[in-house]
Amino acid sequence: MTDMLDAKAPGGPIETRWDRHRFDLKLVNPANKRKFHVLVVGTGLAGASAASTLAELGYAVTVFCIQDSPRRAHSIAAQGGINAAKNYPNDGDSVYRLFYDTVKGGDFRSRESNVYRLAQVSNHIIDQCAAQGVPFAREYGGVLANRSFGGAQVSRTFYARGQTGQQLLLGAYSAMMRQVGAGRVKLHARREMLDVVLVDGVARGVVCRNLTTGACERYAGDAVVLCTGGYGNVFYLSTNAKACNVTAAWRAHKRGAFFANPCYTQIHPTCIPVSGAYQSKLTLMSESLRNDGRVWVPKRKNDSRRPADIPDEERDYYLERRYPSFGNLVPRDVASRAAKERCDAGFGVGATGLAVYLDFRDAIRRDGEGTIRGKYGNLFQMYEKITAEDPYREPMRIFPAVHYTMGGLWVDYNLESTVPGLFVLGEANFSDHGANRLGASALMQGLADGYFVLPYTIGQHFAGRSLPKVATDDADFAAAEKSALERTDRILAVRGRRSVESFHRALGRVMWDDCGMARSAGGLEHAIERIQELRAEFWENVRITGDADALNQDLEHAGRVADFLEFAELLAVDALHRSESCGGHFREESQTEEGEARRRDDEFSYVGAWEFRGVGEASTLHKEPLSFEYVKPTQRSYK
Amino acid sequence: MSAGTTDSSMRVTLKVWRQAGPDAPGRMVTYHLADVSPDMSFLEMLDVLNERLVEEGQEPVAFDHDCREGICGACSLVIDGQAHGPEDQTTVCQLHMRHYHDGATIQVEPWRANAFPIVRDLICDRSAFDRIIAAGGFVSTHAGAAPDANAMPIAKDTAELAMDAAACIGCGACVAACPNAAAMLFTAAKVSHLALLPQGQAERHRRVVAMVEAMDAEGFGNCTNHYECMAACPKGIHVDHIARMNREYLGASLLSRDLG
Repeated sequence: MTDMLDAKAPGGPIETRWDRHRFDLKLVNPANKRKFHVLVVGTGLAGASAASTLAELGYAVTVFCIQDSPRRAHSIAAQGGINAAKNYPNDGDSVYRLFYDTVKGGDFRSRESNVYRLAQVSNHIIDQCAAQGVPFAREYGGVLANRSFGGAQVSRTFYARGQTGQQLLLGAYSAMMRQVGAGRVKLHARREMLDVVLVDGVARGVVCRNLTTGACERYAGDAVVLCTGGYGNVFYLSTNAKACNVTAAWRAHKRGAFFANPCYTQIHPTCIPVSGAYQSKLTLMSESLRNDGRVWVPKRKNDSRRPADIPDEERDYYLERRYPSFGNLVPRDVASRAAKERCDAGFGVGATGLAVYLDFRDAIRRDGEGTIRGKYGNLFQMYEKITAEDPYREPMRIFPAVHYTMGGLWVDYNLESTVPGLFVLGEANFSDHGANRLGASALMQGLADGYFVLPYTIGQHFAGRSLPKVATDDADFAAAEKSALERTDRILAVRGRRSVESFHRALGRVMWDDCGMARSAGGLEHAIERIQELRAEFWENVRITGDADALNQDLEHAGRVADFLEFAELLAVDALHRSESCGGHFREESQTEEGEARRRDDEFSYVGAWEFRGVGEASTLHKEPLSFEYVKPTQRSYK
Repeated sequence: MSAGTTDSSMRVTLKVWRQAGPDAPGRMVTYHLADVSPDMSFLEMLDVLNERLVEEGQEPVAFDHDCREGICGACSLVIDGQAHGPEDQTTVCQLHMRHYHDGATIQVEPWRANAFPIVRDLICDRSAFDRIIAAGGFVSTHAGAAPDANAMPIAKDTAELAMDAAACIGCGACVAACPNAAAMLFTAAKVSHLALLPQGQAERHRRVVAMVEAMDAEGFGNCTNHYECMAACPKGIHVDHIARMNREYLGASLLSRDLG
């Protein structure tokens, strides 16, 4: 069938698939590597690790980042840790178990071959990061410390205080800066990719906006690697950094890269609730807090007593009640939906009623305040800074927030998109997490892709395809630049009355209300209508001040919101077509009598990859069927 | 914007540095804001100002920001003369308006240092920091070459001390706070982090010399022990690391004949 996508995933015994595939991949002669030029867009864990590793191998690399320094990419904000199947604690972990947990945690919507490879290389990542000097937490004997995280039954999470993402990113950044110093990587900061340039159907360059000068710049190469993160900011409020956007991925999509599973978004259960309409982002409180905190709401509706005045028998520890075997450690999607269910039913707490308690009273009584301070001190301090409340005395108030997006550009086993020569890594691709990502797995995937997968698979592209020389004054580059400039000019020419920020906020509201934690056909149809209306209004009424040929943050934001307004519709369309519940995607029509998610493998055991047909035109759905030879699909149960 | 007003909403007067470009003259411009919620972060207050400016057809105030949770190091404002404002160990994005009183007048300026030229309004160019790291702030290992992570035990206290130094977010507040605009605390944090760990030993001497030379070449000033850097640092990086870097540098200089 022409409709089927070829994942190029090898068959045979799963333990040897990656080894055999690596052997089958073509190699590039060491002397020839420097003749190949790779353009890497984004410098988070995936981008920085890919750029440094490709340069170490001898390739010529040019890298772009949107921030003023590559060290600021949003990977830096990850708190909790990174998983690996080291089994240092001797508690029964193995590559197979990490693979199994990840496939199951992803609710059987990921590719087994990819997930197994991820689990295999996880151990090399820890070795690599330790060798770089990443200051992981240690035991007194000097060996690495591990903790249990996100409901895993084994302790496989490595961490560096509450700043694991920062330390891993600084490791990858330092490796990349070493190559910058050596002249093997060229770094361009404050650049935003506006288009991918295709020559004879192969990705051969990018067009960027120089955010400092406003100039449009063209760069030519032999491959383009997108490491541009997720699209969580389509919800306006999320735990993502403000600059996170879908622009690079979306513009690649418009050039032919299929977008897979955009409806798979992860709502993280433990975030600080919204305090007012001026709110610009939401702050995550690490999931590790659920190891010791107990989640509850009052049994009585609109109970306005102080939490300490509510006796135990009048508290509903609803996670422990509904899921006695996992309790407070159920996966993120389950915990988030349970919080929403209680708040929708009128039991929420705080000024808005959109919060539940996360209470450390019992842990403090059991272990003492000093122990709890040692484990979570920096998180408690952060909470107090933001809310002016002391979580040692009062329970935290938490509510779910958009955190991570499992969907992304479709890639095959080589991490290559449907555009030849365009590779997509990290959160920007759809590959390894299925419909729900487990805690401490995002860092693992970003670094796996960059350090240990792409450096092998990209060789196949260079050695296997003929790549005639291209230059930035070729017609294809001029055309891509022209279309990027025209779009910018169009935005500036609207001269309406409404700010970009207000459009973004309005879009976020629609997405949260109708495409958030629970979705229904009616709600999604309503969302699609509202998105179309908002998009039409944007192009008639948006107001941008300033010019295109200077630093203009308002204009940058406008370009991103314009893309979100197109992408949002695809997210809703994907959510509407997938009328099952799976992982982070919950359809109200597909639930059990007890209100748990009901997956429908007979109809939906596939990756949904969408082909762009034009703004406002229906996208074409392509399917990559999923088969599970090793982990038998079951309905997840955490009861 | 009528958003999020509470009983305790505040009025503030802002005096903000506006500068159209690197070579344009700058000046302080006064703005009045009513309806500031004490629960807003300082940057959210600036968002409200900017949205109003756009609605009035004026150009918004440009400032660097990203994660808004105190870890990316992008935000970089001098508030009433203090880098990152009045709260101890707090970046601007984590500073909340409840620390100001109703009717307050607040001055907002960019980092000021020759090595951090102004780009526009409150944004400056901190790429000098990246060049210091590129000169030697790394361990020269390549992907695939690493031994098992537990092959090299590191005492817990040592790892903790290295982590204290590694916590630097590269914001540049140390430079902004220093009367000499020195980058000693930033450079020392990385030198110290790697000098403390066994992984960093092989390049220890070369690293400190290269990084200090790069720092000097960027036009940062010298350290004269004011300790303003430590006071301004949002991550509490200690000046002890500067002492360690000086020892490292002295030791390396004595061995300089061996440096290639």
